[in-house]
Amino acid sequence: MTRLAPLALLAALAALPLGLGTDPYLLNALITTGILTIGAMSLNLLLGFTGQLSLGHVAFFGIGAYVSALASLGFEVEVGFGLRVVHEPWPAAVGLVLGTLAAGACGYLIGRLSFRVRGAYFVIVTISFAEVVRLVALNWVELTQGPLALTNIPAVTLGLPGLGYWTLKTKAQNYYLVLAVGTLCYLVIGRLVGSRFGRAMRGLKENESLAMSVGINATRTLTVAAVISAAMAGAAGGLYAHYLRIIDPDVFLFATTVTMVIMVVAGGKGTLMGPVVGGLIFGLLPVLLRPVMAPEAQWIVYGLILIAILFAMPKGIVPGLRALGARRRPASPVLEVNPAVQR
Amino acid sequence: MSALLSVEHVGVRFGGLVAIADLHFDVNPGEIVSLIGPNGAGKTTAFNVMTGFLRPSQGEVRFRGTSLAGLPPHEITRLGLARTFQRTSVFPDDTVFDNVMIGLHRQGSLMSRAPLLDTLLGRGGANERRLRERAAALLERVGLAGRSNEKAGSLAYGEQRLVGVALALATEPAMLLLDEPVSGMNASETRVFVRLIRQIRDSGVTLLLVEHDMPLVMDVSDRIVVLNYGRLIAEGPPAAIRADPAVIEAYLGQGSAARHAGAGAREAEHA
Repeated sequence: MTRLAPLALLAALAALPLGLGTDPYLLNALITTGILTIGAMSLNLLLGFTGQLSLGHVAFFGIGAYVSALASLGFEVEVGFGLRVVHEPWPAAVGLVLGTLAAGACGYLIGRLSFRVRGAYFVIVTISFAEVVRLVALNWVELTQGPLALTNIPAVTLGLPGLGYWTLKTKAQNYYLVLAVGTLCYLVIGRLVGSRFGRAMRGLKENESLAMSVGINATRTLTVAAVISAAMAGAAGGLYAHYLRIIDPDVFLFATTVTMVIMVVAGGKGTLMGPVVGGLIFGLLPVLLRPVMAPEAQWIVYGLILIAILFAMPKGIVPGLRALGARRRPASPVLEVNPAVQR
Repeated sequence: MSALLSVEHVGVRFGGLVAIADLHFDVNPGEIVSLIGPNGAGKTTAFNVMTGFLRPSQGEVRFRGTSLAGLPPHEITRLGLARTFQRTSVFPDDTVFDNVMIGLHRQGSLMSRAPLLDTLLGRGGANERRLRERAAALLERVGLAGRSNEKAGSLAYGEQRLVGVALALATEPAMLLLDEPVSGMNASETRVFVRLIRQIRDSGVTLLLVEHDMPLVMDVSDRIVVLNYGRLIAEGPPAAIRADPAVIEAYLGQGSAARHAGAGAREAEHA
């Protein structure tokens, strides 16, 4: 059943726009939720599987958004010594790929740093990194327009020579693009986690000295995980830029990272489906609450629901449901473990 | 015969504290050597130096003629020098089987030139099957086949030691360093473990052991190296060590000397 759940969810999500018709408000909520969920999945790769908390994860998201937007808008900047860099606009799809790569490159830097700094220090480094990037986006006005925002970002055009091209202008089209990228990220993470590389990550998280003693290269493993995680966050950022078609330095807001952390932790970190479940719940919750209560009350209820979930299922929704399922099936021999020993 | 492992005048100082003053000994291929000494003598520190977890303040360790100076732990393992840990010898949240699968990390990379790419393209299936077979064989070898699906962290302490040995063997070492491998084992488990140690040696692996269980040390060792206060005080076959006055003093003499001193102090108080 657990194997079929992701497929069933994918089928439901794919069929959703048909049922909803083209209600733009709901579709918009679904698209932004989907984009944030991709961010949460990428964060989970670091937080859930290597145990490193990147509280600057939004930096990769924003870098993906800005690089993708700038590559497809074109720009002209003075870089000092009288040198001017002029960039002619490229197709949005190329921008998306570049944004993904640029974010991945930044992930490489952060990953290398994790060689020296772990735990709380890593958290602080990532927060600082995000803040620095935000200040650059805010103040390098010639390149980024600063607070005036980058506008008129082209929509993504997909297609193959000879087959024709589609520019994704409608919300439904963008919805399916986000769903496709999200599915791809899910599959990539699934493959990684189930492989030798995933075992190396788990080993490092559970017992770093022991992992190193069996020949696992800690720096390399954490760096690769950071690069892949950052690249996925960058792809999410690129999708965001080309969907909204306007971005400003607020894409670097710390609150976005917090939302992603909530999605991962509530859904169940270190599980494949956790960030997806958490992402859908906490992405759509504001939409569901809006019609029934005052704006001030919405966030209070949002917080209460989060607390209730973590109180009932401290490890998150997916592991919590799994434990429930295991208890319902007494036929399978369940090992009784003293919780004190388990920890 | 040239030594497999040479510890060459290694010293370790933490600030003003001398953990190891000057340690110098060799281990030859095929030997079982034990490193013994009272608590705090610097045995585990010596292990940490040999396996790259700690940089010595002086001297160096050579393995198969290669200096290990500056090499990180995972590269030393790749040279064929594996170790177990005294306290945390398992990945607690994984099953025993998955523990060994993590331990087979290095073997996995030898099977494929681009393992990460193979993974993403879904081409690693055959290699995974081979790794699983090896993991099962390793668990059979250390006698944990029946525990495969249990969480390693929930095993008895003695069984966790065995998982640690399986993990170290998974790296296919030429030499294995065992840090107090029978702590937490009962007498019958210890007897089985002695057989395992001999089996490992017979399969061509050289062993260096840190252990407090003296009957076991005297039983399995070809040679014993005795440390006290970070200094080598004796070296030789078990029979010679048992009779060595310096060793007897290190283990017993100080204790009785302290008792004498204590009695003297009490008498002084009464007077």
